[in-house]
Parts: sequence; structure tokens; C-alpha cells
Amino acid sequence: MEMNVTRRTVLRGAGSLGALSALIMAGVLKPTAAYAAEWNKAAFEAKDTAGALKGLGAATTADSNDLMLKVPDIAENGAVVPVDVVSKIPNTSSIAILVEKNPQPLCAQFDFANGAVADVSARLKMGQTSLVKAIAKADGKFYTAQKEVKVTVGGCGG
Amino acid sequence: MADPMKIRAQMKGDVAEVRILMGHAMETGQRKDAAGKTIPAHFIQSMTVEVGGKKVIDGQIGTSVSRNPVFGFKVKGAKVGDKVVVSWVDNKGDKRTDEAAVA
Repeated sequence: MEMNVTRRTVLRGAGSLGALSALIMAGVLKPTAAYAAEWNKAAFEAKDTAGALKGLGAATTADSNDLMLKVPDIAENGAVVPVDVVSKIPNTSSIAILVEKNPQPLCAQFDFANGAVADVSARLKMGQTSLVKAIAKADGKFYTAQKEVKVTVGGCGG
Repeated sequence: MADPMKIRAQMKGDVAEVRILMGHAMETGQRKDAAGKTIPAHFIQSMTVEVGGKKVIDGQIGTSVSRNPVFGFKVKGAKVGDKVVVSWVDNKGDKRTDEAAVA
């Protein structure tokens, strides 16, 4: 297991936000240090989807109809592609979004806590027509949904 | 210092809908300027959302998120008046925290 994954698990294992804030107050962890160190460099800097999934710890994934990915069929402007991901899978704790053909496929990963619903929207950059993939984590298992978005060049809607 | 975020949080039934607009260049490190020099990457890496004093979203972001990122989240158990605190940190260590209240 990689270092920062271990560290995340440790922080997670500390459980409540309370435990973490206690550490912050005790001056053991500065807030920015806690954030910055958590950035999953291996996953975000991976050059392909397989590498990004490995970085996320999602070696095996299953397709799921309870994971809904809403993206436009055609994006006229690849610089701003709206995406909505909703997971109806019970106990979804995290959602990640990837654009397969981007130089660095992993776009974002969100962890949910304290009543946050597994429902996120964001805007992505897409270099070219590609599959967009959503990965949901629930009870330690990973689920995927994917859809192709056509990116038109020149913005003529062709 | 980066521009302030725009944060809107509104109750829809028993769920608070939180929408956030961050002002950030989100430079990928892939683009080149007119002289052919690569523009260094500059992008938000981490963000958190707290509602009513509890962290609800812990997010990590890469370069594939659009310029001036917009995010939407939904939070159960929030109520009108709850404080919404959003923070981000980018790869150069710049950071910003802004607040709003659930309406």
C-alpha cells in the first residue's frame, strides 16, 4: 500500500472530524498541511485511466445501474463540460470523475460525510471526444458508470 | 489573493443544495504561451465544505476541472441559517475560505 493511502486511512481511522480537529488544535497538524498532504498525487498525475484507478485503489470495479452519470452527448466547448453524478448505491462514501482521453484522466474525487448526499455536479475540461467515467465507492467496493461525450472543434455544433 | 468564491446554499425540502463558484485559472501545465513556453500548472488541489460546523465534503481536484470551477453538492440534515464554509488550496499553496448561510 502506498504511503499517502496509508495516511488517509489513518486519518479516516481516527474517525471523527473531532479527532482530526483536536490534532489541528493541538498544533500537531496545520490545516493546510493536512489538506496538501492528502492530495493523491499518484492518482491525479496518472497518464491513463488504469493508472488513475490504481491510484484510487480501485483495481476492480463493477458496472452499476444505480450510479447515474449525466453528461451532454455533444459538448461544443470542451473547456466547460457540465457533469452530474448521482449514486443510489447504499453507503456511497466517495465519487470520482475521470475523462479517459485527457492527459491526466482523473478530474476530481469527493468524499462524503455528515449527511452529504452522493450527488455532485462539476464542470470538466475535455481535450477531445472521450468516455467520461464515474467511480463510486461504497462499503469498500468500487462501481462505475460511463458515457461518451463528443467534443466538437470550432464550436459550430457540427 | 484569489477572488472571493460565490456560494449559494438553499433548502429544497430536507436537503440543502450548495453551489460554489471558485475564481481560479486552473492552468493545466499543458498549454504553451505565444513564445512557445509551457505555462506552468496552477490549479486547485483540495477543497472542503462544512455545513453547520461539520465537514460534509472533502474533495481533491486535478487539472481536468474547468477554469473557474463550479461545484454542486447536496446535504441532508441542514437547516436554514446553518453556516456554510468552503475552503480550497491550490498547488502553489494559495488558499481561500469563504462563508455563506443556508437560505
